[in-house]
Amino acid sequence: MRDVAIIGVGCTKFGELWDSSFRDIFVKAGVSALEDAHMHGEKVDAMYIGNMSGGRFIEQEHIGALIADYSGLATLHIPATRVEAACASGGLALRQGVLAVASGYHDIVVVGGAEKMTDVGVDTATDALAAAADREWEGIMGATFPGLYGMIARLHMHKYGTTREHLAAAAVKNHRNGSMNERAQFQNEITIDDVLGSQMVADPLRVLDCSPITDGAAAVILAPAEIATRYTDTPVYVKASAQASGTISLHDRKDITTLDASVWAGRRAFKMAGLAPKDIDLVEVHDCFTIAEICAIEDLDFVPKGEGGKATLEGMTAIGGSIPVNTSGGLKACGHPVGATGVKQAVEITEQLRGTAGKRQVNGAEVGMTHNVGGSGATAVVHIFSRNR
Amino acid sequence: MAVPRFWRRLKNLYNLLGTHCKNCGSYYYPPRNICPACRRGGKVEPYKFKGAGEVLTYTIIHGGPKDNARPTPYVLAIIKLDEGPRLTSQIVANPEDVKIGMRVKSVFRKLGEESKHGIIYYGTKFIPA
Amino acid sequence: MSVGIVSYGAYIPRYRIKLEEIAKVWGDDPASITGGLMVLEKSVPDIDEDTATIAVEAARYAVSRAGIDASRIGAIYTGSESHPYAVKPTSTIVAEAIDATPALTAADFEFACKAGTAGIQTCMGLVASNIIDLGMAIGSDVAQGAPGDALEYTAAAGGVAYVIGSRDLAAEIEATYSYTTDTPDFWRREGMPYPEHGGRFTGEPGYFKHVVSAARGLMDKLGTKPQDYNYAVFHQPNGKFPRRAAQMLGFSTEQIKPGIVVTLLGNTYSGSCMMGLAATLDIAKPGDRIFVTAFGSGAGSDAFSIRVTDGMEKIRGGAPSVESLLQNPVYVNYAIYAKHKGKIRL
Repeated sequence: MRDVAIIGVGCTKFGELWDSSFRDIFVKAGVSALEDAHMHGEKVDAMYIGNMSGGRFIEQEHIGALIADYSGLATLHIPATRVEAACASGGLALRQGVLAVASGYHDIVVVGGAEKMTDVGVDTATDALAAAADREWEGIMGATFPGLYGMIARLHMHKYGTTREHLAAAAVKNHRNGSMNERAQFQNEITIDDVLGSQMVADPLRVLDCSPITDGAAAVILAPAEIATRYTDTPVYVKASAQASGTISLHDRKDITTLDASVWAGRRAFKMAGLAPKDIDLVEVHDCFTIAEICAIEDLDFVPKGEGGKATLEGMTAIGGSIPVNTSGGLKACGHPVGATGVKQAVEITEQLRGTAGKRQVNGAEVGMTHNVGGSGATAVVHIFSRNR
Repeated sequence: MAVPRFWRRLKNLYNLLGTHCKNCGSYYYPPRNICPACRRGGKVEPYKFKGAGEVLTYTIIHGGPKDNARPTPYVLAIIKLDEGPRLTSQIVANPEDVKIGMRVKSVFRKLGEESKHGIIYYGTKFIPA
Repeated sequence: MSVGIVSYGAYIPRYRIKLEEIAKVWGDDPASITGGLMVLEKSVPDIDEDTATIAVEAARYAVSRAGIDASRIGAIYTGSESHPYAVKPTSTIVAEAIDATPALTAADFEFACKAGTAGIQTCMGLVASNIIDLGMAIGSDVAQGAPGDALEYTAAAGGVAYVIGSRDLAAEIEATYSYTTDTPDFWRREGMPYPEHGGRFTGEPGYFKHVVSAARGLMDKLGTKPQDYNYAVFHQPNGKFPRRAAQMLGFSTEQIKPGIVVTLLGNTYSGSCMMGLAATLDIAKPGDRIFVTAFGSGAGSDAFSIRVTDGMEKIRGGAPSVESLLQNPVYVNYAIYAKHKGKIRL
């Protein structure tokens, strides 16, 4: 197996991009990633695209071919593959790209993630997202995604004494980070009182506990490590690519407050990289809801189970804390265009490890991690990246 | 949910019909054709659950799907049946009366409908026991 | 062969609205409404309850009360004025939900408020002719009454299921007699949400003529008189009609007292008379005789002469009594009631 490096990144503004179509945003992200790698499209050997629900959001399937075509690469007849694992589609596309380069099948691979969510009404969008849960045994019973995470939150509070303030602290911190990210959907700071006073969605979760509906696309260019410096002075190396599955339904989890898939993907990634949580300088976790960030830092072993809320409120995960989490603003503030999120996380870590993250830069960041979850935890993808090969 | 898909599951939804693995003794609701504990070594047979259990966790949904029979707010819960398995369903009660650990029993209710013109989905919800 | 009731089950939603609350909305005098109708409050279905869910709950109680193997049930008839589907049976939903499928016949009945007792008669015929072992007859309604119409004061929700058979009887049905004419006193046209009625025309030519004729017809057939019965139950669209019918026929206030459930329940349409019978069976002793007369607009009456057997004691505690189902109601205001009944169009 070959070592793999990220040699270019690109990302659109995240938000309600009324003027832009699905095609516009993926072309923009892909082109800026190629520009970042100082590369022309002719060099590209293959594409992997994370997209959760083109069928529901824009009534368009066959996303791989569409993207290859409108990127101007159909004339080169390169393979283009759409990858789907609900909200983990982007992370999974990255993993497919890494496997393709590592195996030697392809050299230059474009990994993209794109979702255009605002071309449908909120009801349709919510229903499309609900398809990430078990339609036959959760959806028909009236489950929604905020509802599933609301049930995780309530049990977490019941078992571990996690408080509403603990949960709110994750949103407050992510909005603060988002305020320093010009790509973020929300660049306003909020307070704990703002969160606690926001509209109830799925008790105990309120609107400001939830990630928004977002349009956006992100892309990274992968290359074998040995040729990475031909394209960039600051390659970022993929030290681990791990994936794990859990039960599709929340009710079948061994412990409702633990995303087993996160635990296993995290363990596998640390083992693969030969690293431990203490070696990680920053992490982008899948905070589709505030409780999800609390669970993530526990399940990835940055804090003991049950202590994620307290650690968040105490500032451990803020920029300047011992393990900065979601410097991009996370799904909460940066936005959550579902198929793009996992790729955007890699873009953020790459910029941080390159030292180009501006006001939100984590000083001396050498090793970063991404954590991308599908559904209520049926898929988790964890990557570890390093400045050093 | 399309008509054939609901119809295929209707007995399960109406009567809490799940499965039981005779090999390891595990109970499954929702039903599973393959016992995750024994896999191909399992002996899976239908089993009708008694409908008694307790609330493992719950939430109060304030923004629900359009086709749901109960307008918001409604209580969604994970219920642990006495035989062991857990399922997601609604608790028909005042939200403030629902507590983690409370005993519940099954009732027959409308879950939702395809549309005003479409079929009605019936199934099992729970009330405080 | 004797045919009769093997088991029965009733179900009443837990919500109630007081008639004075409805009167307040429409500017009527509460005292004259409750006094005139002799009804104080009525049941209201939960928002996810309908005729089918109520029928299922009643049917499940009927099965569990006597520990019946549901696969023995060879016929299910559900009578209602508010079947959730215009085409597609409620009875198949019930059959599936009590595990009686697939070896049975099923159909939905409609004959205003007496569709349930028509189901009992049909089951009696099938059992007596040995075509089926057990039959189930259900009367269930989420009764419709237009906002502001007199019917709205009483239209209630509830259901009762009877298992009819020839062995292990809790009560023998000694005889039945019906009196039927074409009398348009009350109707609902296809596609219309609320029934219409002939006002006072529903009284003498409708209710009283048919109830009294059927009751007299049955007593003539059997050679019985009111004094031969311990209890009598009549269809109860309000509190006044059954009392007056009893008086006209010579039944005493004491005889009809246990079966008058309308005061705190309202008129459950197809469930009305059957609910009164269930409440009476709840307290009747072996050997007691009960005289029952249902009425359905349109119009017709089914009368039954019932004798309670020793079997009743064995099944008495097996399911909730009507009295217990009426306990601990949750009162709602008119706005919540309107929401529960789908009177607010979304």
